[in-house]
Amino acid sequence: MTAHVLKFRGGVHPPEKKGATEHRPIDVLPPPPRVVIPLSQHTGAPSAPVVKKGDTVKTGSLIGEPAGRISVPTHASVSGTVADVTNLLHPLTGRLCQAVVIDSDGNDTPDGAIRERDASGFTPEMIVEAIRLAGVVGLGGAAFPTFFKLSPPKEKPIDTLLINGCECEPFLTADHRVMIEQPAEVVEGTKLLARALGVRTVIVGIEDNKPEAIAAISAAAQGAGFTVRKLKTRYPQGAEKQLIKACLGREVPSGGLPLDVGCVVQNVGTAVAVRVAVRFGRPLYERVVTVTGPAVREPKNLRCRIGTPVRTLIGFCGGYSGPVAKLVMGGPMMGIALSSDEAPVLKGTSGILALGPAESREPDEGDCIRCSFCIKVCPMGLAPTRLSYHARARRFDLAKAEHVADCIECGCCSFVCPARIRLVHGIKYLKSELVARERRA
Amino acid sequence: MNAAAKPQSERPALLVTVSPHLRAPVSTARIMWLVVAAMLPALAGSIWFFGWPAARTILLSLVSCLGFDALGQSMLGRRVTLRDGSAAITGILLAFNLPPGVPWWLSIVGSAFAMIVAKQMFGGLGHNFVNPALAARAFLMVSWPTQMTTLWLKPAGLSTSGLDAAALGRCTDAVASATPLGVLKNAASLVRSGCSPQDTWEALQSWPALKRLFFGQVGGSLGETSALLLLIGGAFLLVTRVIDWRIPLSYVGAVVILALVLPGHKAGPVQYALFHVLAGGLLLGALFMATDYVTSPLTGRGRLVFGAGCGILTMLIRLWGGYPEGVCYSILLMNVATPLIDRFTRPRLFGARREAKA
Repeated sequence: MTAHVLKFRGGVHPPEKKGATEHRPIDVLPPPPRVVIPLSQHTGAPSAPVVKKGDTVKTGSLIGEPAGRISVPTHASVSGTVADVTNLLHPLTGRLCQAVVIDSDGNDTPDGAIRERDASGFTPEMIVEAIRLAGVVGLGGAAFPTFFKLSPPKEKPIDTLLINGCECEPFLTADHRVMIEQPAEVVEGTKLLARALGVRTVIVGIEDNKPEAIAAISAAAQGAGFTVRKLKTRYPQGAEKQLIKACLGREVPSGGLPLDVGCVVQNVGTAVAVRVAVRFGRPLYERVVTVTGPAVREPKNLRCRIGTPVRTLIGFCGGYSGPVAKLVMGGPMMGIALSSDEAPVLKGTSGILALGPAESREPDEGDCIRCSFCIKVCPMGLAPTRLSYHARARRFDLAKAEHVADCIECGCCSFVCPARIRLVHGIKYLKSELVARERRA
Repeated sequence: MNAAAKPQSERPALLVTVSPHLRAPVSTARIMWLVVAAMLPALAGSIWFFGWPAARTILLSLVSCLGFDALGQSMLGRRVTLRDGSAAITGILLAFNLPPGVPWWLSIVGSAFAMIVAKQMFGGLGHNFVNPALAARAFLMVSWPTQMTTLWLKPAGLSTSGLDAAALGRCTDAVASATPLGVLKNAASLVRSGCSPQDTWEALQSWPALKRLFFGQVGGSLGETSALLLLIGGAFLLVTRVIDWRIPLSYVGAVVILALVLPGHKAGPVQYALFHVLAGGLLLGALFMATDYVTSPLTGRGRLVFGAGCGILTMLIRLWGGYPEGVCYSILLMNVATPLIDRFTRPRLFGARREAKA
C-alpha cells in the first residue's frame, strides 16, 4: 500500500456527516411482505417482463429479461406470487415505467438455479456471462450494466482495473461498512473482475477518512497483488473520471469513457455482487443501503431486498424522528428527492436521506455576481455560471460548444454558489434537451 | 399497495427539489459585508486624517447609494435587495474616490449615477459592466473637474503633497496643495512657481516622504491615503478568500516592473517603484476595485491578464496621460475588456482533446 494522498482538480469538501452510521454494523432487513420491482433500474433499455399476474416466483427467479444491447435481466427479490405487472412513476426519472409487484409467501425460497459452484476454471467469457445473467449493475449509483463495462471493444485494450471505495457523498456509509465487514468478499470479487478483463494492475482507491476500510482491504488483499491507494477526502473523488485522474494521472478524453484510457472502474459493492453472481449464480436482489439524516430516529446501514418500500426501511430505523420535509434517494450531493416514501429501493440506491424542514429550506435564487466559485470547483473544467445563463436563454448550441455534455452533475457548483443559483438544474435541462434534439435529428 | 404492510402514520408531504440537497454556508450578502468590513480601517483612517468633511462625504455617499439603489430597483420592478450589501460597498468606495472637501451635493449626484445609471440601468447586481463607483468618479471628473481635483485637504497638519517644510522651501502653495502624483505630473508649472522640479521630485521619492505615503500623512482622495490601512483590509480579504490574489498581485506587479524599467526615478529605481505603489489610489484600486467580481474576469488566467492590463494602463496614464492619476480609468478600461478576456481565457476542460493535426 502506498501512502500517497492523491487528488484531482476542483471539487469541494462538504461536511462529511457520516458519524451516525459509519461505526454501525450492517443490519439485515427481513424481506418485506410486498416488493415493487421496477424493470428499469439500470442505465440502458428496461427489461421486459416474463411473468404475469398470479405467477409463482422464488427468490432470485427471472422476472424481466434484457431488451437491448445495454440492458440486464431483473429478478424477484422475495418468493411468492406476482400480484401485478403494472406501470408506476419511476422514483428517479419521474417517468412511467413497468414494475412487477410480488406478494411474499414469507418463506424466501431461493430459486433452484442458485447454488455454490467452483468458478476457478471459468473463462473470462463465462465470468462476464454469469455477471450479465445475475443482472449486476454498478452499485455506486449510476447503475450501469457491469457486464457491458467488462466487454470492451478489441481496439481498446484495458490495462487497469480500479475498484472504487471512495464513497465521497456525505452521509453515506454503505460501501464503508461493506469494506470493513466483507473485505475478503470484496477482494474475491475484484479478482474475478480482474480475470474477466485479463488485467494485472488492480488499484483500490479509498478516501483517507476511512482508515478502517483501508486497513481491512489492505489486510484482505495481502498477496493478491493489488495496490490500495489512500486518496484525499474530497468530493467528487468517487466520480469515475476523477478517480482515474487521482490514481493514474490519466484524463479520460472529453466525451470519452474510462476504457479510452485503458481503465475499468467498479464500485466495491459491485465487486461483492460479482462474487455472489459468479460463485453462487445468485442474482442481484439485495444491497446495502444507508438510511440516515436528521429526520430518521435511528440511522442504520441496512442489507435489504430490491423493491422494498423506503417507508419500510425508515420504519426499521425507528421511524421519523420528527417532521420529515424531504427524502433523498442517494447522497445529498447527487441524490434525487422522492415524492413519496413508498418508492422502492433500486439496485442503484446507496442511501436514503431523510431531512427535516430546517435542512430542506430552499433558498431564493439571487443574481450571479460572477464570483467564479463554480468555475473553481468544477472538476470537469466547465463554466457553470455561463451554462446556467445559456439554459435560461435556451442557447443550446452555445451550451454544446461549451461542453455541457461533459458535466458529471456532481453538484459542486450549486453547493458553493453564494447566489444559490440552481446551476446543476440548468445544466441537466440543457443536457436532456440536447439529447432529445439529437434523437429527433 | 398493500395497506396492511404500512404503518398507520399519515403520509408525509415531501418537498421535491433538484440536487444538491446540501449548500455551503456562503451567500452574496456574507461576501459583500466582508468587503465592507475590510474597508473599515481605511474608513476610520480617513476620518482620523481629514475629520468631519470625510465623515460627511462617506455618510452622504453611503446613504444616497442605498437610497438610489432601492429607488432604481423599485422603478424597474426588481426586488429591493439592500441587505446584500452591494450598494453599501459602492457607497463607501465612491466616497473613497472623492476628494475629502467635495461639496455635499457632489456625493449625492455621484451616488445617483453609480446606482441608477451604471448599475440598475444595465440590469442590477451582477450585470453592470463597469464598476459603479468608478463610473461615477469618471462621470464627476468630466462634469465637475475643478471640484474633483482641487479640493484636497491637508491631513493632520502636513502638506497635501506629503513634502515637509524643508523640501517645500522655496516652493509656493502650488506644491503644498497638490497631491504627490499631482506634483509629479505638473513639473512645468512648478518651475514657474520658483521650485526646481528636480529637487521636488527627489524629495517626493525620499524615504521620509515614502514613509508618510505609507502611513497616510498625505493629501488625496478620501480612502486612498494610507497604504497601511488599505493593506490591512486587503490582507483580511485575502485571508477570508473573498478576493483572488491574482488581480492585486499582477496589478501591483506590473506597476512595480514598469517603474523599475522606465526612466523617471530620481532617488533610485526601488524608491521610484515604491512611490508609484504607495501614491495615489493604486492599492485602493488593486485591492478593492479591480477585484470586484462582477467586472473582472472569471478565470485565474484571465485575472492575471486583467491585473497586468490595469497596471500597464495606470502607468501609461500617470507618466504620459493627461491626468496625474490613472487607476480609475485603467480599471474602467479593463472592465470593458473583461468579456473579451473571458472569451480567450476559458477554464481548461477536463480531458480536452488536443487539436488534431491535419
